[in-house]
Amino acid sequence: MLKRTPLFELHQKLGGRLVEFGGWEMPVQYTSIMDEHQVVRKAAGIFDISHMGEVLVSGEGAEGFLNHVLTNDIRKLAAGQGQYTLMCNERGGVIDDLYAYRLAPAEYLLIINASRIDDDVAWLQKQLAAFPKRDSVKLQNTSDETGAVALQGPRVVEFIDQCFPGPAVGGTDVARVSELKKNEIARFDFGGKPVWVSRTGYTGEDGFEVVSPADVIGAVWSKVLTIGHQYCLQPAGLGARDTLRTEVCYPLYGHELDEQTTPIEAGVGFFVALDKGEFIGRNVLAEQKANGTGKKCVAFKMTDKSAPPRPHYPIWSASGTGPIGEVVSGTQSPSLGIGIGMGYVKSEFAKAQTPIEIEIRGRRAPAVVVPKPIYRKAG
Amino acid sequence: MSNIPSDLKYAKSHEWVRVDRDTATIGITDHAQHELTDVVFVELPEVNRQVKAGDACAVVESVKTASDIYSPVSGQIVEVNKAVVDNPALVNTEPYGGGWFYKIKLSQAGEVNSLLSPEQYKGQVGG
Repeated sequence: MLKRTPLFELHQKLGGRLVEFGGWEMPVQYTSIMDEHQVVRKAAGIFDISHMGEVLVSGEGAEGFLNHVLTNDIRKLAAGQGQYTLMCNERGGVIDDLYAYRLAPAEYLLIINASRIDDDVAWLQKQLAAFPKRDSVKLQNTSDETGAVALQGPRVVEFIDQCFPGPAVGGTDVARVSELKKNEIARFDFGGKPVWVSRTGYTGEDGFEVVSPADVIGAVWSKVLTIGHQYCLQPAGLGARDTLRTEVCYPLYGHELDEQTTPIEAGVGFFVALDKGEFIGRNVLAEQKANGTGKKCVAFKMTDKSAPPRPHYPIWSASGTGPIGEVVSGTQSPSLGIGIGMGYVKSEFAKAQTPIEIEIRGRRAPAVVVPKPIYRKAG
Repeated sequence: MSNIPSDLKYAKSHEWVRVDRDTATIGITDHAQHELTDVVFVELPEVNRQVKAGDACAVVESVKTASDIYSPVSGQIVEVNKAVVDNPALVNTEPYGGGWFYKIKLSQAGEVNSLLSPEQYKGQVGG
């Protein structure tokens, strides 16, 4: 039985096409992926991300515990700030990638992938049981009681303050939502209920993500749609979310990341703070940062018109001596009008401008390794 | 509700067939294009290729997926629609017109009789 978010019936009413994603029944699109993609790049889109998981970690030992299980340095966060980070096993393989927010001095919110909630919580509980200061750390999986939406696109900032009137009552101390800077989070009063709003997203556009109790998220969604209407806001599905994140090369768990792949191989070593001291996976990651890895995740663009690249298509070197890797994400880029993707290749082929070939149904089509992100906003 | 022209025959796998004497034109239905969503790439068979009914002989790709197109009838490919290769969106905008895929010289004319009528196809897609 697929799980449904609190917004399921609203998606049905809007004519959303519902598909399975990570055990959830989610809207892949409402009108068309192309339209929704362009709307987010040019104006504003709202996404249901209630399927994502939320874990609250609190108590005097929370900071030390999170710095032990996560790769980024959580001590860099003041209350009201968030950071992208990863959770690794002892081999440096990625259990999940996530956002960690410091809501209050001794209270953290982790936003984790929908498909990884059970694995993450089991891992965190196991690590906590072995953590010396376990009695001063409280771990709560609030995924089922929590809803979330993402408002993304250049025009969101024009109406976000009407949706969640300020001032903030927790987190970063701002008079209104639009004063939040990138990666900052604040709590606002929404008809007597608490909503957390952060300036973050997964599209490469400016935008905000809103986390609320599950029974409030329907009211949040409806209010944002009503106010956003005159700013060209449209609901957008997981299809557009995927093409948007692929253009800006954000990893998606199960594609760029898995338990057999390290953050260094995936190209997100920037979020591995080797200088913070011990943490799980550190030995392998330090060794890889120093000596390099056998494979690397690269971005590529097709050089001619071709069928779109897809996950699992083999990647060849242009000299054609044999496969050198495999595509992990691929699509037609709605912004660029050409096939794009990411894939793992042997490291000697990872340099930008290296010509490669993508094998599509038995035929090889020319492509080129490009710097990340593949798409960058003009100006 | 999808458009199902009354002068065409249909395959269960959502192709349409327009028969003109010994030649048939093949495309995909309005229902199929709607299900596929934005078509971004079309790959057509080579001219002169012999195909059997049920053979996968073309591919249509949307942003999300690649789908095989099966020839509803047997014969020899005599013409392919270069315009739809250059502008795959024609599959979405004119599925029964400019979005046609190929023309085939029928080798088993009787096969046409076992294709679905517009009413039968309508029953299948619930249109």
